[in-house]
Amino acid sequence: MQIKTVFAGFGGQGVLMMGYSIAHAAMNEGLHVTYLPSYGAEVRGGTANCTVAVSDEEIASPVASQPDFIVAMNGPSLMAFQTRITPGGTFFLNSSIVEGRPNRADVTLFEIPAAGIASELGSPRVQNVVMMGAYVKATRLVSADTYLRSLESILGARKKAAMEVNRKAFSAGYDYID
Amino acid sequence: MDKILISGNWACGEAAIRAGCRFYAGYPITPQNELTEYMAEHMRQAEGGTFIQAESEIAAVNMVLGASAAGARAMTSSSSPGISLKQEGISALAADELPAVIVNMMRGGPGLGNILPSQGDYFQATRGGGHGDYRTIVLAPSSVQELADLTMDAFDLSDAYRNPVLILGDGMTGQMMEPVVFGKPRPRRYSEKYVLKGAGEGRSRFVRALILDALRMEEHNWKLVRKYNVILQKEVRFETFRTGNAKLVIIAYGIAARIAKGAINRLRDSGYRVGLIRPITLWPFPAQIIRDTAERIGSFLVFEMSTGQMLEDVKLALEGRARVGFYGRPGGIVPTPAELAKAIVQEYQR
Repeated sequence: MQIKTVFAGFGGQGVLMMGYSIAHAAMNEGLHVTYLPSYGAEVRGGTANCTVAVSDEEIASPVASQPDFIVAMNGPSLMAFQTRITPGGTFFLNSSIVEGRPNRADVTLFEIPAAGIASELGSPRVQNVVMMGAYVKATRLVSADTYLRSLESILGARKKAAMEVNRKAFSAGYDYID
Repeated sequence: MDKILISGNWACGEAAIRAGCRFYAGYPITPQNELTEYMAEHMRQAEGGTFIQAESEIAAVNMVLGASAAGARAMTSSSSPGISLKQEGISALAADELPAVIVNMMRGGPGLGNILPSQGDYFQATRGGGHGDYRTIVLAPSSVQELADLTMDAFDLSDAYRNPVLILGDGMTGQMMEPVVFGKPRPRRYSEKYVLKGAGEGRSRFVRALILDALRMEEHNWKLVRKYNVILQKEVRFETFRTGNAKLVIIAYGIAARIAKGAINRLRDSGYRVGLIRPITLWPFPAQIIRDTAERIGSFLVFEMSTGQMLEDVKLALEGRARVGFYGRPGGIVPTPAELAKAIVQEYQR
């Protein structure tokens, strides 16, 4: 098993945090993992992305030329990555923001109104964790329990209050998927 | 010890501090900025630690020279163009027989090039890099864990041989995160007699490389060579991977070697008998294992993210004993295992 995911969105949507948190959780489940942020000549307000590879054996390349999963938090991310997804791959779209849909018939699509759900929870900033709830449920890469424990250790003790809203956000995304 | 998820740049900084590095000077350049950043934050928390953002790469390496002469475990880091600037200082460190660790997270070149992962600095790293007859030990990690381990080893090696040690990573090794367990640091073994700390009542001492008398200069050169010969004998490191019953052996280092392993695993699944020799020390180069392997295997394929530099060392090692093919992608391109596998199959079917 080797799964590569690209997380992409606007700078500020917590895209790198999505990748870092799932990488952390995968490590805690004893899996091999690499996390690679994009570090090109980025511009303010532009698209940020990172690639996470999770495997039960050594990972050759941390780069995903054909990602299995793409999590697109904004429209430009969908445009940028839809041609690269592997045949039979899965899109997770932040459907409250992304208006377009993939031009590919050979992919599975999850439409998660992550930004909308986060706003309803009173905290638009946790849209990334809402999406992670849906992502963890659908992909089963790691258990929900491991993910939440990883998130808690990343946020640290000083952010107990933040953990509460993140926990709610995760559950909302998790429950959104059947 | 706990596993932590950490980037190569940070892991290198943390390993250096754990190994007792107490002086770091650097100047920002992508893709190694996070190493300088890490040192800025953490060196001041280490007892007796000094961090300096120097006014230039040249200043940084010369500050390292001074700190090393004064007895500190010292380190600087940069990426390709910045490492070019440091060569004068590295040559002086080698001439003065001072320990120091220099990290190069290579990017595309020549010139300012770009900021993407590349392996174009192999010649510079393994041939000394600056002027004069000297060598540096060159360590080439292919994972974040190995980068952390080799950083610790680098300090011990540079003390043992009183010679600069270069860690040759690339943009990918520096930027990516992987789980790491930090090793236990070993106590420093470095004689006080090499340390300049003021003559006091005793005789004054100098550390200098300006030797105007030709015979004495020649003697110094041969003394360095004797040291390098010991390093050639004792410090070669490499890994072999699935070379048993192989018909074709890939030779690759650093991030390229990981990609090669991915390609080899695929090809082995489809019945191709291919394996890998991965040099971990680029100097001293593992020539002997390549020669030994050539006794049972007739062809090799060198794979580098350059136009072919280590290729020359492989040919020198083989002295015409076997066929050597080459596949390379310079300029910041990181080939996929699938792309490399195609190149391997072509070579295999020759």
